Amino acid sequence: MTPQLGIFCVLAALSVLGALSLILQKHPIHSALSLIVVMVSLAGLYLLMGAEFVAAVQIIVYGGAIMVLFVFVIMLLNAGVEEYTNLSKLAGIAGIPLTVALAGFIAAAIGRSGEAVQAAAQTGAVSSTRGISTMLFKDFVYPFELTSVLILVAILGAIVLAQREK
Amino acid sequence: MSSFLSTNALLIITLVKIALLLFIILTVNAYLTWFERKVVAHIQSRWGPYRVGPHGLLQPLADGLKFLFKEDPTPAGVDKFVYFLAPLLSLALALTSIAVIPFGPAPIHLFGRDIYLGIADVNMGILALFAITALGVYGNALAGWASNSKYPLLGGLRGSAQMISYELSLTMSVVGVLLMAGTFNLREIINAQESAHGLFGWQGIFSWNVFCGPLPQIVGFLCFFVSAIAETNRVPFDLPEAEQELVAGFNTEYASFKFAMFFIAEYTSMITVSCLCAILFFGGWLSPFPATSTWAFTHYLPSLLLIPFGLWVIWDGIRYETILGRLILPAVGTATAAAGAALLYFPQVNEFIQGPFWFLSKVFVFLFIYVWMRGTLPRLRYDQLMNIGWKLLLPVSIANVIITAFAILKWGAR
Amino acid sequence: MNMIPTNYYLVLSAILFGLGVIAFVFKRNIIVIFMSIELMLNAVNLAFVAFSQAMGKLDGQVFVLFVIVVAAAEATVGLGIIILTARNRQSLNIERVDLLKL
Repeated sequence: MTPQLGIFCVLAALSVLGALSLILQKHPIHSALSLIVVMVSLAGLYLLMGAEFVAAVQIIVYGGAIMVLFVFVIMLLNAGVEEYTNLSKLAGIAGIPLTVALAGFIAAAIGRSGEAVQAAAQTGAVSSTRGISTMLFKDFVYPFELTSVLILVAILGAIVLAQREK
Repeated sequence: MSSFLSTNALLIITLVKIALLLFIILTVNAYLTWFERKVVAHIQSRWGPYRVGPHGLLQPLADGLKFLFKEDPTPAGVDKFVYFLAPLLSLALALTSIAVIPFGPAPIHLFGRDIYLGIADVNMGILALFAITALGVYGNALAGWASNSKYPLLGGLRGSAQMISYELSLTMSVVGVLLMAGTFNLREIINAQESAHGLFGWQGIFSWNVFCGPLPQIVGFLCFFVSAIAETNRVPFDLPEAEQELVAGFNTEYASFKFAMFFIAEYTSMITVSCLCAILFFGGWLSPFPATSTWAFTHYLPSLLLIPFGLWVIWDGIRYETILGRLILPAVGTATAAAGAALLYFPQVNEFIQGPFWFLSKVFVFLFIYVWMRGTLPRLRYDQLMNIGWKLLLPVSIANVIITAFAILKWGAR
Repeated sequence: MNMIPTNYYLVLSAILFGLGVIAFVFKRNIIVIFMSIELMLNAVNLAFVAFSQAMGKLDGQVFVLFVIVVAAAEATVGLGIIILTARNRQSLNIERVDLLKL
C-alpha cells in the first residue's frame, strides 16, 4: 500500500461518505456541508493526479463561490427540515436497488477494462498552469470568449430575477 | 530508532516546524492584541493596559485565562453540529494559511540537512492561499446562521457577502505581480524581485515589485491592502461585527472559548495578509539596501536596533512603579541587548538573521498600519462598503492587470 | 513512479454519479435536487481529469474549467429562479410545484 494509494483511498472514502450524507441528511444545510466535503476531497484527488490548477479552481470557484451561494439561499429562504411524504413506495423499493445495480454495472465494466486505459508517463516538463493557459488562449480561445459572454448573460439574468416589483 | 529518524527525516522536521510555528503564531497573536490595545489607547490619549504586569505585558495571559475559565453556554434551539463547526473551521483555515509563507531565504544547515524556512514550498503558493481565503467565508456565514437569532444572522450574511465581494479585487490586484514574476511560487516571486532591474537601475528598495519593473505595482498594492482589510473584517470595514449596530454580529452567541477561536482566526488572517503584502509587493526578506559590498555595513542594523532598545528597556524598568516591573523589565532588556551583542559576535548567525529580520519588520509595519487605521478611521456603512468593493476596487484592479500586461508586452517582464 | 490506475478514478466517478442520480430522484427539496446536479457535474469532472492524466494531454483539464464555469452560471440563474418560486408558493417542496397555477 503505497502512500499514494492510501491517500486515494482516504479521499475517495471521504467523497463517497459526503455524497451519502447528502442523500441521508434531513436538513438542507447539512446536505450543503456534505457537498462541500465532497468538493474538497475531489480537489484533493485532482492534486493527487497532478492537476494543481484545476484543484485550486475547484476550491475557489466551486467550494468558495457556488456553494456559498447555495448556503446563502438556504439561509435566506429559511429552509427547514424536509417534510416526509409517502408518495410512491415503489420508487424506494424498486428504484434504489436498480440504481445501485446500474452503477455497479458501469463500475464493473470500467473496472474490467484494465489494460485499455493505462496511465501515460508523466509529462512533467510543462507545469499544468502554463500548459492549460497556452491551450486556453490558443486552441480554445473561441469557447473561452463564449463562456465569458455566458457569464455576462448569467449576471444579467440574476440581476433581473432579483429585482423587486416596482 | 536512528534509522527511523533518518528515513522519515523530512516528516519529523516538518512536524517540528509546524509545532514551532504554531506556538510562535499563537504567541504573536496574543501580543498583537496587547499591541493593538496599547496603540489604539495612545491614539486616543489614554494608557491602555497598564496594571496587569509591567506596561500591561501580562494582559494577554490574563485574557487567555479568562477565556478558559468563563462559562460557555450553548443557546437553545441552535443547530449543534454547525454551531460547533463554525469557529473550528475559521480557526483551522486561518492557521493553515501560514503553512505556505516563506520566512527567509536559502535553507539553513542543521543536523546535516538543509532546512527550508517555511513549512511547505508549494508551487502554487498564491493559489493555495486564495483557496483557503475562499473557504474562510463559511466560518462567518455558518456562525451567523447557527446562532438561531436575528442579529447574528444579519451580521453573518452581511459579513460573508462582504468577504466574497472583496475576494474578487483581492485576487485581481495580485495578478499584476504574478505577470511580472511569471510564477505562483512565493519564494520565486521574492527571488524575481531580488534580481529585478530596479527603477532607474537602482537596486535594493527600488527593485521591489511596488517600485520597479515595467509598471510599479503601487495601484495593485493599494487595491490589495484595502481588499485585505475588508476581507479580514477590520475597521473601517467591520460593520458585520460592529458593536453599535449589530451587538457583536455573527459572534454574538459565542462565549469564551469559541469566541476566542474567532478572535484568533481574525488576528491570524491579519498576520497572513501582512506577510502576503510584504512578500508580493515589498520584497519579502530582501533588504531595502542593495546587496553590494558598499552597503555591507547595513548588516549590522539588527544589532544596532536591538542593543539600544534593550538598554532603554533596562533604564525604564529600573525606575518602574511596581516591584514586579522592576524585576521583569530589566531582565527583558538585558536579554534583548545580549541578543543584539551576540549577533555582533557570531557573523554566520548575523548573516542568517538578515532575511527573517527584514521580513518580520515589514510585517510589523503592516500590522502597525492595520492597528493605526483601527484607531483613526470611522466605520463605513454597508452600502458604501459594497459600492467601494464593486464599483471602485474591482474596475481599478482589472485596469491594473490590463495596463501591466501591456507594459510587459512593451518593455519585457523585468 | 507509482501511479494509481485510471480505472479506480473512473469507478469512483461512476459511484458518485449514481449517488447523484439517487439524490436527484428521491429528494423533495428543490435546493437539494440542485445540489445533486452539482454532484453529478463533479463526478464527470473527475472522469475528465482522470482521462487527461491517462493520456498525458491537458485537454481534459481545460474542459473541466469550462464545466466549472458553466456550472457557476447555471447555479446563479437556477437559484434565482428557485428564490422567486419559493417566494410565490411559500414552500421548497417540489411536490407543491406541480401546477402552473399558484
